[in-house]
Amino acid sequence: MRVKRIEQIRDLKQQAGDEINIELLQPLLEKYKGKKGSLIPVLQGTQDIYGYIPEQAFLEISKKLGYKLSSLYGVVTFYAQFRLNPVGKHIIKVCHGTACHVQNAKKITEILQDTLKVSDGETTEDKLFTLESVACLGCCSLAPVMMIGDETYGKLTEKSTKKIIREIKNSEKQKK
Amino acid sequence: MSRIKAIVGLGSCGIAAGAGKVYDKLNELIKTEKYKVSADKTSCIGMCYKEPLVEIIDNDKSYLYGGVTESILEEILEKHTKEHKPVEKYVVHSEYTETEEDVFWEGQVKIALRHCGIINPEVIEEYEAKGGYNALKKIAERKMSYDEVIEEILDSGLRGRGGGGFPTGLKWKFARQNESDEKYIICNADEGDPGAFMDRSLLEGDPHAVIEGMIIAAYAIGANSGVIYCRAEYPLAIVRLNIALQQARKKGYLGKNIMGIDGFNLDIYIKEGAGAFVCGEETALIASVEGERGMPRKRPPFPAASGLWKKPTNINNVETLANIPWIIDKGAEEYAKYGTEKSKGTKVFALTGKINRGGLVEVPMGMTIHDIVFKLGGGIQDGKKFKAVQLGGPSGGCIPASLDDTIVDYDSVNATGAIMGSGGMVVMDETTCMVDMARFFLDFTQKESCGKCTFCRVGTKRMLEILTRITEGEGKEGDIEKLEELSIQIKEGSLCGLGQTAPNPVLTTIKYFRHEYEAHIKEKRCPAKNCAKLLTYEIIPDMCTGCTVCAVNCPVDAIDGERKEIHFIRQDDCINCGMCFSKCNFNAIKVY
Ligand SMILES: Cc1cc2nc3c(=O)[nH]c(=O)nc-3n(C[C@H](O)[C@H](O)[C@H](O)COP(=O)(O)O)c2cc1C
Ligand code: SF4
Ligand code: SF4
Ligand code: FES
Repeated sequence: MRVKRIEQIRDLKQQAGDEINIELLQPLLEKYKGKKGSLIPVLQGTQDIYGYIPEQAFLEISKKLGYKLSSLYGVVTFYAQFRLNPVGKHIIKVCHGTACHVQNAKKITEILQDTLKVSDGETTEDKLFTLESVACLGCCSLAPVMMIGDETYGKLTEKSTKKIIREIKNSEKQKK
Repeated sequence: MSRIKAIVGLGSCGIAAGAGKVYDKLNELIKTEKYKVSADKTSCIGMCYKEPLVEIIDNDKSYLYGGVTESILEEILEKHTKEHKPVEKYVVHSEYTETEEDVFWEGQVKIALRHCGIINPEVIEEYEAKGGYNALKKIAERKMSYDEVIEEILDSGLRGRGGGGFPTGLKWKFARQNESDEKYIICNADEGDPGAFMDRSLLEGDPHAVIEGMIIAAYAIGANSGVIYCRAEYPLAIVRLNIALQQARKKGYLGKNIMGIDGFNLDIYIKEGAGAFVCGEETALIASVEGERGMPRKRPPFPAASGLWKKPTNINNVETLANIPWIIDKGAEEYAKYGTEKSKGTKVFALTGKINRGGLVEVPMGMTIHDIVFKLGGGIQDGKKFKAVQLGGPSGGCIPASLDDTIVDYDSVNATGAIMGSGGMVVMDETTCMVDMARFFLDFTQKESCGKCTFCRVGTKRMLEILTRITEGEGKEGDIEKLEELSIQIKEGSLCGLGQTAPNPVLTTIKYFRHEYEAHIKEKRCPAKNCAKLLTYEIIPDMCTGCTVCAVNCPVDAIDGERKEIHFIRQDDCINCGMCFSKCNFNAIKVY
């Protein structure tokens, strides 16, 4: 049970009315309608679409699939995977599992906080990066490890960590 | 077909180490016809410390290469295509040459991992060619009754590899006894222990072994529906499982009247977890599959009587299931040849931390921790001193170096206060602070407690507060006793295994490393030089060249000194961040 999430709900209330395209959700709701035990896949699908679970999506899921809003909140806040805030384009997951802890994963998070000027769980102002901590990416023999998008990076050092961020920033600049 | 085949290890760990690029390069070299070789892929063979790995099969001789980069790949292909000889300096394993790495394999017995890193996990025919689905065929051909199958598993002595160590055959027997028109078999692939990756490797490397294990289990207990509950952090495992399931359906290993056994129907689907450690617990897992918050409930009723959708359900761990086809195929007796009296067979360990050869090993039960760490694992990194291994993750404990003659089997490990767990073995050296380790695990369990039981929810928080205080130099006389008292209360007042075992990392570190706790509390000193707030940084005047690097980098400007003169740290302002220490090029800063 992650207490931090309660604050996120508060944040969410404040920023009500963020604009999203709710139509994107319809095929997903159609697919799972009437199927028992499908709430978590529905929420996972929603997050795949928007990067987080927007308030409007809560209302829509509740209306179409008949879940109580309170039980939706209950499930969303229980699982670490679900987010209630919009995220950056690249989600950086720094592993803080045992093997990575022993190999000084704390340092990697500090370096990233320093480089990106955000705290753990926050998104950079340019909406390019969100920094998160996770419990183990299953590549422990390459500790310390982080994952950006679907790409995993191992045996991180201060230098390589900074370089990886720099490269992503550069390639984003080129796209513009 | 060319006579030379290059097989790239594309497990998650290999890909993270750059194997994807090597594989792309290989395909490019083939396409441009620079080398006449064929390409294939496999998964992790366990030598994670040597990733990326490429196996070259040259005239039926196999050479495994480690640390392969794009340029090394070309060098290797050049030699093999021109001279049909290996580039020995990169070979890490081969029947035809001796290598320094050979000790890594000595004493390993691969049963669960029998195909990992050997076959292409995305091609069912490769699994079949190695004898895959033979166990299922054997059951059909010999018309083995479900009782005979259960009997075979009971005789093998196989115990659950998910951590509990409950005899698998017995569990199946209970599930079989409960009559119902609907029954479920669930594969627990939640692998919650942070710092362990046995199940990931198995799912990525040999998904069909797990699926065949599930099919056999379903036959034995009479299940007609199967679920694989897999961590969402394992995307590659999910992809490969989906491919494997589709293939198995196509070949009739899943579906209706499987293998011509009348009335034996089964399909299996995957359920992705959503990031909650407690969902590894059976009843929480079931709640999660049903779409609820993953909260454990009281047992009995056990899942064998009332599980998923209140139907009889059997839950087994990935590694447990991967052993099943082997046992049915080769016989219980063959399996029981390995291991100790009460712990039969082999166990897979994920060897990580401060170890030279980090990776996956599978050893017969009964091997000593010393042999695993120093023989297979090649000892401690940078020649440092071995301090302890952590077994069983957040539910387990530390076994100190002085007890490294402990053998791995359920009872011997339990006797130390640790648990066998699911197979995470994190190696620690003299620079690992044991109080900080205990704090780390309590931080984990505190966050992951589902909150149902007061002692688990609040008690772990209190323990974490005390441990944090101790590591920050605010420890008080009586803290150790308070931790012990809370531990007992949490163990007694918790409903599920999470709470019941949460104090173990603290209790075992107090038991074996009490002096470290005392040094923190009484002397305000961290013997492992890990806890930042308890360290002092000082400049050694004789070594300082006055280069100013430390002063420039100190985030709080706590370092004085003119250029080319000896620098000095103002202790009152120093925040012990260690920045100066890491920046000084002249080893002029000491820490104590
Ligand atoms: C908090 C908690 C977490 C658990 N996590 C896992 C897990 O990630 N994987 C697993 O196989 N078993 C886990 N278990 C053990 C399972 O509850 C269960 O005993 C096991 O899956 C049974 O399979 P086995 O008999 O084949 O070992 C966990 C237990 C508890 C109490
Ligand atoms: S012991 Fe902890 S995790 Fe288990 S049910 Fe109780 S509160 Fe939840
Ligand atoms: S970095 Fe080292 S050598 Fe340079 S001024 Fe500081 S202590 Fe002296
Ligand atoms: S502990 Fe970091 S990948 Fe497992």
